[in-house]
Amino acid sequence: MEKRVTFRGWLLPLALIAPQVIISAVFFFYPAGQAVWQSLFIPDPFGLSSQFVGLGNFEFLLSDKFYRASFVTTAVFSTLVTLCSMIPALFLAVIADRLIKGSGVYRTLLIWPYAVAPAVAGVLWLFMFNTRVGVVSWYLSQLGYDWNHVLNDTEAMGLVVVASAWGRISYNFLFFFAALQSVPRSVIEAAAIDGAHFWRRFFTIVLPLLSPTAFFLLVVNVVYAFFETFGVIHTITGGGPQQATTILVYKVFSDGFVGQDLGSSSAQSVILLIVVGLLTVIQFKYVEKRVHY
Amino acid sequence: MKKNFLGALAVTTALSPVAAMAQTEVQFWHAFTGRLGELVKAQVEEFNASQDEYVVVESHKGNYSETLNAGIAAFRAGEQPHILMVFEVGTATMMSAEGAIKPVYEVMAESGASFDPDAYIGAVKGYYTTTDGDMLSLPFNSSTPVLWVNRDAFEAAGVDPDTDLSTWEKVGDVLEQLKAGGEDCPLVTAWQSWIHLENLSAYHDVPFASQDNGFAGLDTELMLNGPAQVAHLTAMGDWAKDGKFIYTGRRNEGGANFRAGECALFTESSAGYAGISSEAEFAFDVRPLPYWEALVSEPQNTIIGGASLWVMEGHDPEAYKGVGEFLSFLSSSGVQASWHQNTGYLPITADAGDVTRAAGFYEQNPGTDIAVIQMTAKEPTANSKGLRLGSFDQIRGIIDEELEAVWSGEKTAQEAMDSAKERGDALLRRFESANQ
Repeated sequence: MEKRVTFRGWLLPLALIAPQVIISAVFFFYPAGQAVWQSLFIPDPFGLSSQFVGLGNFEFLLSDKFYRASFVTTAVFSTLVTLCSMIPALFLAVIADRLIKGSGVYRTLLIWPYAVAPAVAGVLWLFMFNTRVGVVSWYLSQLGYDWNHVLNDTEAMGLVVVASAWGRISYNFLFFFAALQSVPRSVIEAAAIDGAHFWRRFFTIVLPLLSPTAFFLLVVNVVYAFFETFGVIHTITGGGPQQATTILVYKVFSDGFVGQDLGSSSAQSVILLIVVGLLTVIQFKYVEKRVHY
Repeated sequence: MKKNFLGALAVTTALSPVAAMAQTEVQFWHAFTGRLGELVKAQVEEFNASQDEYVVVESHKGNYSETLNAGIAAFRAGEQPHILMVFEVGTATMMSAEGAIKPVYEVMAESGASFDPDAYIGAVKGYYTTTDGDMLSLPFNSSTPVLWVNRDAFEAAGVDPDTDLSTWEKVGDVLEQLKAGGEDCPLVTAWQSWIHLENLSAYHDVPFASQDNGFAGLDTELMLNGPAQVAHLTAMGDWAKDGKFIYTGRRNEGGANFRAGECALFTESSAGYAGISSEAEFAFDVRPLPYWEALVSEPQNTIIGGASLWVMEGHDPEAYKGVGEFLSFLSSSGVQASWHQNTGYLPITADAGDVTRAAGFYEQNPGTDIAVIQMTAKEPTANSKGLRLGSFDQIRGIIDEELEAVWSGEKTAQEAMDSAKERGDALLRRFESANQ
């Protein structure tokens, strides 16, 4: 028989969960419900009139080949951002963990980029890679490479990925570093005495012990790449060239706030909601099984 | 002592709202920062100082798109300003918003402020009036594209800076010479869709969209894939391929290159004057926008870009009187003339142009009148009155994307414009159904 803590009556438990329920309802369920409701209409921008179109907005979206392409763009973008922000972070954390002197300074410096807002980070990278006046593009042209992210899809994608992942490395570093510190030294020392070299110890002992952190960061980074990279894309490419960097959330913004098409924008939010929901379910169902707590 | 102090405080706090109530407040939301923001502020202060019945309060609400969004969001919340600055691209959106806007001609009629619709330059006014001639919003800042020339760059490349640049054919030859003379940025542009499609169409008197460019109805379709536009874009695409036309971005990124002296020719708004004249460390001059001799024997007029002031619905009649007075003040010759001279924007009344001419401004600053002449030389036709398309900000985005495909050589001009038409029309149909 399972042992449970039980409360007598209903009032106390209800009161205890009320804040959570109220916050969720006001800030999550109500807006999400509104988005679902609005996605069934084509309203005019001023909210003076609106037309019920049923699933018309979804039909309009899914018949747009650029919208369908933006799923692929989003997948490529978030995979790259996640990898580019987690792998270097892990690498840096491992190195920092081995430092004996000066690790405090090193750690502090590494955390700085996280304080830079995505839009500002975007502008910084844009300055460096500006096709005519950027420092990096100038050096590249000295090497004979003609950098032009305003016309070249791949370069544009590369640039937004790097700019989005850059600040995120700090965040991931912090978590990996903390996790590394909690790996028991005795286990590693035992392995070392047994003759396992550094990388062997890393892959067979450290990495599995880091997996809960890595899994947490995977989820968080995917969500970040989906939703928060908007500022970077807005400042660097504006979704171009030819929508090569238009990820789903950027299209929600540009249709809703530039195009004033709130119906389509709401429908896109609903689709995004479903996509992210599915992704999280997949992550928890399949990836989490490989995680050792 | 303490009692007295409190008493005095109570009296002052009780009095101050009364003092403020005596003056009716008029909220004015605009999109200007920097030098332009200062000039707007100066205009508002001058108006406030000129009378004591109304106080205009100006606030900056971000760039053009952001200002429009702020206005729309405020209207939905019932907190709209009296006057909202909306860029020309948002014109159709505002016009369709019956119930949210109060047409300027109505405001002026009710307020009794002096207002003569005929005083405004036709090509400017035309953009913001109905087909019946009623002015819906007050033109505020209007400019038109011209060709900027870096004379030093011409000389460095061994090309005569006074050479004829009136047609694109001649510009094509000059680009060749510039390239051969070692110039690596012969031509650069700002606002590609506005200059190389919207204005190109008007200038060659061909439609950009059906239904008189959208003036005659919401059931309009893009016609930007016609032979004139395709011919121009094909030539531009070839120049891009040969490194004669350098693409720098969708907005006015090219301005930085031109002002730094890196480029020889620059197609940009006449309002680029303020920036170029203050930053350029080289000899420059202004030429009319070139046209294709193969298409027309002489060009039509170009169309405007910029913004107009919309009056929002839902305020007191007393406040609208203040709005009327303020708008009337803004259109007065003195205010307009100094605005025109300081910014390079067009004067919105013919009178302001005359005042400027009489003051000898054009002789002292050669080329500053080119934009005015280019816009007013010919009576506008149905193709050159302006554009009135819903979701136009987004359509411009689509056009930008397709143009990028032409510049990179991925698509031919015809393919790109056919695709722009198809994608743009889909948005126009949505706008039509949202505003039925």
